[in-house]
Amino acid sequence: MAKLLQGATGDWEVVIGMEVHAQVVSKAKLFSGASTEFGAEPNAQVSLVDAAMPGMLPVINEECVRQAVRTGLAIGAAINLTSVFDRKNYFYADLPQGYQISQFKYPIVGEGEIVIDVDGENKTIGIERIHLEQDAGKSLHDQNPTLTYVDLNRSGVALMEIVSKPDLRSSEEAGAYLKKLRTILRYIGTCDGNMEEGSMRADVNVSVRRPGDPLGTRCEIKNVNSVRFVQQAVEVEARRQIDIIEDGGTIKQETRLFDPGRGETRSMRSKEEAHDYRYFPDPDLLPLTLTQAWVDDLNAHLPELPDAKRNRLIEDLGLPAYNAAVLTAEKESADYYETLLAAVAKATGKPVKDFATATSNWVMSDYFGALNKAGKDVTNSPVTIDNAAKLQKLLIDGVISGRIAKDVFEIMFETGGDPELIVEEKGLKQVSDTGAIEAAIDAIMAANADKVAEYRSGKDKLFGFFVGQVMKQTQGKANPGVVNDLLKAKLAG
Amino acid sequence: MTALTDLTIVEARAGLTAGEFSARELTQAYIDAMTAARGLNAYIAETPDHALAQADAADQAIRAGTAGPLAGIPLGIKDLFCTEGVHSQASSKMLDGFKPAYESTVTSNLWRDGAVMLGKLSMDEFAMGSSNETSYAGAVINPWRAQGSDQNLVPGGSSGGSSAAVAAHIAAGATGTDTGGSIRQPAAFTGTVGIKPTYGRCSRWGIISYASSLDQAGPIARTVRDAALMLGSMAGYDPKDSTSINRPVPNYRAALTGDIRGLKVGIPKEYRPDTLPPEIQKLWDQGVAWLKDGGAEIREVSLPHTQYALATYYIVAPAEASSNLARYDGVRYGLRVNGSNLNDMYAKSRGAGFGGEVKRRILIGTYVLSAGYYDAYYLKAQKVRSLIARDFATAFQDVDVLLTPTAPSAAFAVGETTDPISMYLNDVFTVPASLAGLPAMSVPTGLSSTGLPLGLQLIGRVFDEETVLNVGSVIERAAKFTARPTSWWRA
Amino acid sequence: MSIDLSTVRRIANLARIEVAEEELPPLATELNKILAFVEQLEAVNTDDVQPLTSVVDAQLPQRVDEVTDGGYPDRVLANAPHAEHGFFTVPKVIE
Ligand SMILES: [Mg+2]
Ligand SMILES: [Zn+2]
Repeated sequence: MAKLLQGATGDWEVVIGMEVHAQVVSKAKLFSGASTEFGAEPNAQVSLVDAAMPGMLPVINEECVRQAVRTGLAIGAAINLTSVFDRKNYFYADLPQGYQISQFKYPIVGEGEIVIDVDGENKTIGIERIHLEQDAGKSLHDQNPTLTYVDLNRSGVALMEIVSKPDLRSSEEAGAYLKKLRTILRYIGTCDGNMEEGSMRADVNVSVRRPGDPLGTRCEIKNVNSVRFVQQAVEVEARRQIDIIEDGGTIKQETRLFDPGRGETRSMRSKEEAHDYRYFPDPDLLPLTLTQAWVDDLNAHLPELPDAKRNRLIEDLGLPAYNAAVLTAEKESADYYETLLAAVAKATGKPVKDFATATSNWVMSDYFGALNKAGKDVTNSPVTIDNAAKLQKLLIDGVISGRIAKDVFEIMFETGGDPELIVEEKGLKQVSDTGAIEAAIDAIMAANADKVAEYRSGKDKLFGFFVGQVMKQTQGKANPGVVNDLLKAKLAG
Repeated sequence: MTALTDLTIVEARAGLTAGEFSARELTQAYIDAMTAARGLNAYIAETPDHALAQADAADQAIRAGTAGPLAGIPLGIKDLFCTEGVHSQASSKMLDGFKPAYESTVTSNLWRDGAVMLGKLSMDEFAMGSSNETSYAGAVINPWRAQGSDQNLVPGGSSGGSSAAVAAHIAAGATGTDTGGSIRQPAAFTGTVGIKPTYGRCSRWGIISYASSLDQAGPIARTVRDAALMLGSMAGYDPKDSTSINRPVPNYRAALTGDIRGLKVGIPKEYRPDTLPPEIQKLWDQGVAWLKDGGAEIREVSLPHTQYALATYYIVAPAEASSNLARYDGVRYGLRVNGSNLNDMYAKSRGAGFGGEVKRRILIGTYVLSAGYYDAYYLKAQKVRSLIARDFATAFQDVDVLLTPTAPSAAFAVGETTDPISMYLNDVFTVPASLAGLPAMSVPTGLSSTGLPLGLQLIGRVFDEETVLNVGSVIERAAKFTARPTSWWRA
Repeated sequence: MSIDLSTVRRIANLARIEVAEEELPPLATELNKILAFVEQLEAVNTDDVQPLTSVVDAQLPQRVDEVTDGGYPDRVLANAPHAEHGFFTVPKVIE
């Protein structure tokens, strides 16, 4: 169901399409052998090809082709066995060739789709195409009062431009789409999804219309580099357009920039001039041809995708849908959870299904909670998989109670210690010895004869009081199941 | 005794191997000749020190028995080739001061085989022209003059510095590049041999691009045998050029058997316009007779789309050029004229850096690619280009090689042709093979009524340079073209 | 088709070539001559003809993903008309 925006004159529907530029994971650039690594000295990762020296020629990197095809396969898209590189001609400071090598008429990947989840509802977003192209260099406008500095390190790095259909209808959907796309790319390892470093940038096309009307005039908001900013940009841009139309104005199709500081979009001066890119096939390159057998092989070796993994966790392991969704939203979380499950299975010799849900709860609340609080993530967690598995084993085997487990984990998180040793050293083992527990119960019943009488006369609620007293007396180490059973029997008289 | 500079490459190699003279002596002789011929304006940059150092290295290699096939041979290099640390400006002010930090693959191959670089040869700016009048350094003068005339003639273009230098014996051979005839037409205008190999045979890496889908490097030399020798060094697969073809380079000299018995030679009837000067027609007929005498079978063939080749070329080449030349923006190299903002700096730099013909072609190319015109011009031209290529493929089902005139006239006077279209018509016979990517060669075959050289063109199948060269050698031997310009330019 | 002065101005701007106002009319004349010449292609029937993509019958070669180039900012900047702190420079751009 589309979420409508309210204007002064009625409801408006916002229509959003996105062009996401995702940097391909590769060692070298799309058409040159220079490194793609982030953060080098200016112009240190520039080949003569990237600097567009006279007579330099492009040669394509096979890994970039492979990654684009894998991405296409991951979104169920048609792979075009013949695609063509075109030149997009325009002049700009960070575009040394005076053209960008891109794919215009015949992209490498055709139509596909991505399923997003907004408020528990699934929605399928169409993908129009994915094409390969060169990134531009970087202009630095604030280093000198009269000059713009140009660093070509990024020039020629491979990008996938992933173009959605105008299927998104709210800022939430736009955010969910970008998140989901990022998740898929990270699952298959074709883009690191690092938005702060610019590995993913979104051009967001926004228009508004009355529900049921044809599409309105759109504005393109360039280079938005976080999910939050995409959502904010959509909201302020939709509102801006609604205000203009309701004031009797018309929307001018243009390129705009989102200013997160001011929370507004503004027209881009450098893009004011109407462009005429004069696309034509790059005569330095031949058409790119692939074989179906090669594509099929890549498809066969694609790792499990987030939706498939989530469904498997629900169907095969019996996880609650919520847990499965949370754990598969980030590849690292899913990887961590699954590695832990395997380690616990190995340690306990029990089938995964027996403890999958309990472990998922522990991962989501205790573990991620602690990581969050400490500002860490699974990659720099102080708790190793082995130790986490040992902790789960202690729980599953009934050596410690859930309450003690929380204390042990706290120590593990601080010290990186082995839970078995911690339990041993601190004497935290659960007491299941009925003799010791019986003695404690007897003592408590003797000291609280009045309460025993009340209980016996029907005040069932006092049962909790007795449990609490026993646990207190045993410093929480008594096995709660044993305590329950014994208490029930003894109180019954 | 013959002057060292009068030896062909093959003869000079023999003399060097026999120890009759050293590479240093040979190189010095060429440096002296080059210096004395500055009036021709063939060289845009002389590199005598570089040449002598390479000559010394060649002498050592010859003594050590490790000499390559071109060891000690002094060559001129067209300014379109990037040569490390040496003037490489495509004869354009736009590339003012540019000295590349790299060496083109073709010239690297020549140095690998021991050749010596005398200097960089002038050319039409960015290889755009047919008369070598558009270089920022001024027109190159053809060593040939009409009988009884002291009027300066053009050496053809765009490899006009190359053809003039070889004809004046101020280089033993020279590199050229050919996009629509820029090796063959200047060879014809100067009584030299010039071959454009199959597209993809020579690497384009490090050659300043004009029109990527057409540009090919090739040699200009005094004899077919010299051209074969040079081409053997220049050619070869280069993984740095995606359009370079990975197939072995044959021994081109071994192909020069002189035996053409049973070979089928096609005469395209469309290369016979009404305006063809009778003396060129006569020469062509003569060429047919020579090949018949050699045992070849002559057949008329039809290339029906030939008449559209020039128009096709003048869409495709400018379109590619408009994009290839966008990198000259005053930021990373070359001329920069300051402006009030980025676009102003671009426009001023490019306005000042490019000459008239280059600007015209960039503007035409920009126009034919622009929104609304792409289909009518560029796409249409690429379709006609398919038809032109198909014509050749059909003809080559019946014949092994084609014989045509190289150019519709002999060399004309400097400053005589000012209208762009008239200038373009010089390439009417050379452009079709370029559009189809075929190997083609011009061989000098005789003199015009005014004593100026004329050439015939041979066009071969894709990668069949061997037949082109072999048939060329037969014509060369029959024509006995030994005429030389008088050395009027010697100071 | 014939192009007028404003078209020449527009193309020159697209191509980033400064053309003085008084040079526009002769330039337009020249360009129109060339366009008139190339327009003879209209006479060719190209129905069902595919545009030529490459004169050579070959596959696009692909290289292995290895870092084999770069690491020489000095060579990259060697010919720059103006460079500062390892950067190329252009007149200040306002985005
Ligand atoms: Mg885009
Ligand atoms: Zn893009």
